Amino acid sequence: MILFELKKLVKHFGGLAAVNGVSFKVEKGEIFGLIGPNGSGKTTIFNCISSYYSVTGGNIYFKNQDITGLKTNKICKIGIGRTFQVVKPLGRLTVMDNVIAAAFSKAKTKKEARRVANETLEFCELIHRKDVLAKSLPIGERKRLEITRAMATRPELLLLDETAAGLNPSEVDAAINLIKKIRNKGVTIIIVEHIMKVIMTISDRIHAINFGQTITEGTPQEVVSNPAVIEAYLGEEYAQS
Amino acid sequence: MKKIAPLILLIILIIFPLVIQNAYYQHLMILVLMWVVIGSGWNVIAGYTGQVSFGDAAFFGTGAYTAGILAYHFHISAWWGMAFGGIMAMGVAFPFGWICFRLRGAYFALASLALNEVCRHIATVAEPLTQGMVGILIMPSFLSKIPYYYIALALAVLSVGFVQIVMHSKWGYYFLSIREDQDAAESLGINTHHYKMVSLNIAAFLTGMAGALFMNYMGFIDPSVVFSLHDISIMAILVGIVGGVGTIFGPVVGAFVMVAVHEFFRTGFFGLFKGLAALTGSDFLIVAAKYISQAHVLGFGILVVLVILLLPNGIVGDWKKIVDKLFPFKKKGVST
Repeated sequence: MILFELKKLVKHFGGLAAVNGVSFKVEKGEIFGLIGPNGSGKTTIFNCISSYYSVTGGNIYFKNQDITGLKTNKICKIGIGRTFQVVKPLGRLTVMDNVIAAAFSKAKTKKEARRVANETLEFCELIHRKDVLAKSLPIGERKRLEITRAMATRPELLLLDETAAGLNPSEVDAAINLIKKIRNKGVTIIIVEHIMKVIMTISDRIHAINFGQTITEGTPQEVVSNPAVIEAYLGEEYAQS
Repeated sequence: MKKIAPLILLIILIIFPLVIQNAYYQHLMILVLMWVVIGSGWNVIAGYTGQVSFGDAAFFGTGAYTAGILAYHFHISAWWGMAFGGIMAMGVAFPFGWICFRLRGAYFALASLALNEVCRHIATVAEPLTQGMVGILIMPSFLSKIPYYYIALALAVLSVGFVQIVMHSKWGYYFLSIREDQDAAESLGINTHHYKMVSLNIAAFLTGMAGALFMNYMGFIDPSVVFSLHDISIMAILVGIVGGVGTIFGPVVGAFVMVAVHEFFRTGFFGLFKGLAALTGSDFLIVAAKYISQAHVLGFGILVVLVILLLPNGIVGDWKKIVDKLFPFKKKGVST
């Protein structure tokens, strides 16, 4: 079943086409990787989905409904959570309060919000830091807080923007485990990632873009052996050999 | 200790006018309590929601004029203005917020500054309604200050309690999220525009009620008094900053300090300059005594510089720091 679909998405910044006609479909329950070199438009696609940018052209469908142009907070309410590449913790609030604020998007009462927050913190293994101010967390836990907060809004689709960037190897492994755990809970995931180890081990399918245009789509093995992808990442000489 | 301190303060405030019969000190305390209400309102929009407002006088003046006009033109008790003043202030806040919350940070602050000035000019020009610069004079309801004192106290307690309840609800979490990061707040499903409106309207309602109280108590208002930028809008900011931005009891402490400082300057250091001038006959002191009462704005400026340098979180926010500085021998580790 198709949960999410992007149809010929176009986003112009002035004369620059940051995203130029990208289309893909995401099945329910899969982990869908989005890769591409720096500046290829991955984060722009995320920002278009979550409506931080208004799209120039094309449509976005979620559960067979056209959600193009909905407000950012509505996007969250209908079940699309996201994290930010440059983390945005609510600094002067404790970790617990960060997550409670997110839980209120579905919870009716404060008691319920607190319970959801507790469960989510437990699930994301951040419960031991719940009384710490968010700004005093190290980067690894800040990234984790981003995921925890997004999960507390009870999303059906989770957009992860470089959640493993800047982590040390053991933290990367922990992040991989967490993402798998989230998928096993039944949440569909679209992930943007630069660390190949992450994207190769967890993605079911990968969509590669460059200069805002689709290069190829397929299983991880297919995509990394595709000459166009190698060219985009490593340069022309490597693609020929 | 933290639990009972407000209770003790409340008891002291309740018995205060019974013990201190001096009308001057009672007058000062009424002003303090009024500033607690205004400071609490400012704290909701600026301290908790992070939308710094330079336009509190717009709401204050609207509340005051609502009460005044009700009494002057319609011969309805100005006390009705307490309720209507708050509602009318929300009537000003609503369209303003609707339009200007598209602006962020300093731009919103500038817009609120403009709102302040616009309201003042309207009140000056709309003479048939507001009497313009002549002002509105109404007969005071009570001769004694004690009824005013208790009304002001009730209003102050209700405001602080109300802010406390709001900040522990969903709204409170949303306000804080918006202050910390508006983009993150949006992505957590918070309709930031809507909740900024809620916050502004709470602030406007409280400030409007304080304005109506001012009308009732003072018996006289004119545009330059109730729409004053430095005596109302800036003072509200100072009450918030000095007391502690984003703390429940910050405005309470801030109101005490600011009214005291204001009065200290207004009376020329409690008549010290006048006394010295009379004693020594020095020309300099005579001139200084004449102008020192108008220098309270200068005093505010110095105070703000000191507070921002030494206590960036205000007196309540940095209370622990103050205690540590004053009692360095006191055992550390009792911290929360």
